[in-house]
Amino acid sequence: MASQNYYDPADLKKFGNITQWSKELGEKFFEYYGKVFEEGALSAREKSLIALAVAHTEMCPYCIDAYSKDGLQRGITKEEMMEAVHVGAAIKSGASLVHGVMMMNKVNKLEM
Amino acid sequence: MLKEKKKKQQSLHKRDSEYALANKQLEKLSNGIFANGELPTFSEKIKQTDQFPLRPNKLEILQINVGYMCNQVCEHCHVDAGPDRKEIMTRETMLQCLEIIKNTGAHTLDLTGGAPEMNPNFRWFVEEASKAGIQDFIVRSNLTIIRANKKYYDLPEFFKKHNVHVVSSMPHWTRGKTDKQRGEGVFDLSIKALQELNAVGYGMPDSTLRLDLVYNPSGAFLPGDQASMEKDFKKALLEDFGIHFHNLFAITNMPISRFLDYLIASENYEDYMYSLVEAYNPAAVKNVMCRNTISISWDGYLYDCDFNQMLELKVASKIQHVSEYNEDVLNDRKIIISQHCYGCTAGAGSSCQGAVAE
Repeated sequence: MASQNYYDPADLKKFGNITQWSKELGEKFFEYYGKVFEEGALSAREKSLIALAVAHTEMCPYCIDAYSKDGLQRGITKEEMMEAVHVGAAIKSGASLVHGVMMMNKVNKLEM
Repeated sequence: MLKEKKKKQQSLHKRDSEYALANKQLEKLSNGIFANGELPTFSEKIKQTDQFPLRPNKLEILQINVGYMCNQVCEHCHVDAGPDRKEIMTRETMLQCLEIIKNTGAHTLDLTGGAPEMNPNFRWFVEEASKAGIQDFIVRSNLTIIRANKKYYDLPEFFKKHNVHVVSSMPHWTRGKTDKQRGEGVFDLSIKALQELNAVGYGMPDSTLRLDLVYNPSGAFLPGDQASMEKDFKKALLEDFGIHFHNLFAITNMPISRFLDYLIASENYEDYMYSLVEAYNPAAVKNVMCRNTISISWDGYLYDCDFNQMLELKVASKIQHVSEYNEDVLNDRKIIISQHCYGCTAGAGSSCQGAVAE
């Protein structure tokens, strides 16, 4: 039965089902996703913190659930997690604020 | 609040909690999501890879639980151990165990509890057992016992004298996470105990005195990669406290006893069971510890593992007690399973020796 909410925690468990309507693209996505999070030049731990920060800037409840748990599993502390979220929030607010330069440019151009 | 705090200092048995009873735990693990077909039962799951029924391989580890008494009341404890538990192995049962230790084909003897050191016959038992010359003699020490009372202060020297391999619990390298799971003040006492073990040579690089730590998650999530966790633990404990140890065993919390009670009370039970089933790894079944271990309880009964012991599931063999012990007959048995077994087969697997699969 369809949920009465746009977001349902149970839907995260069904993420894998997206392959049902497009097997090839779905499988390619999950393969890519898995590869991205492997140990590489960045550790899997560092990647988990980046994912957590991005989950917040994207405001994705599924991703926040997933990467809060992933962080705990990796022994990442609450302090580290919160700092990562602040990094995301700082970039997000900075991204808004830096557009203020655009506003200033426009105003300066228009004003006598 | 005070009432809540007091509750945390008592075992489920003392509190007359529903989940102190083995049959209530087994009932919970067989009903709900496992009865309505949402999740496969453990037997259904291992049937898919032709691993049912589970049978023992060669016996390698004798694990003896010398009693459920403990100086701590950890939130996740699968034994439901604590100061209020009075079940303690008698000298008579220990004598029967010594006969087994002398004649076993197992290469590892593993003493556990509770806090095994609290058994009044512990030292005598270790002295006698060490004469059998078993290859690897493990004592699972909760660390704080070493600092709990003057009479335990010399334990590091005692362990050293008998070449005991010390395996100790340490849920995290930070005070907050450790104390939340194991009780207030546990972190500082554990650090002190580790430093004292280091001082007599335990855990030092190239030392033959083995000191391994056990990590288990402080909540409703699974342990991460054992090798990465070990790296993080080593770095933090050395930098912050100058502590050395050899290996870290990452152990999954079993959904039984106090941890089951916690999962249900915190409304994490179903999600946790989903996580365990999703992380099921058939390769871990191949090396699961019940296939190379016999667990002996304080009163001398035999079990496939310490978890089955707590669920009162005795071995499915005509031999069920140390008084009639026969390794060949015992090894020809089917291992008793239920849904808690998913705890040992998630991810890289989990055993008292940590991960079991590559």
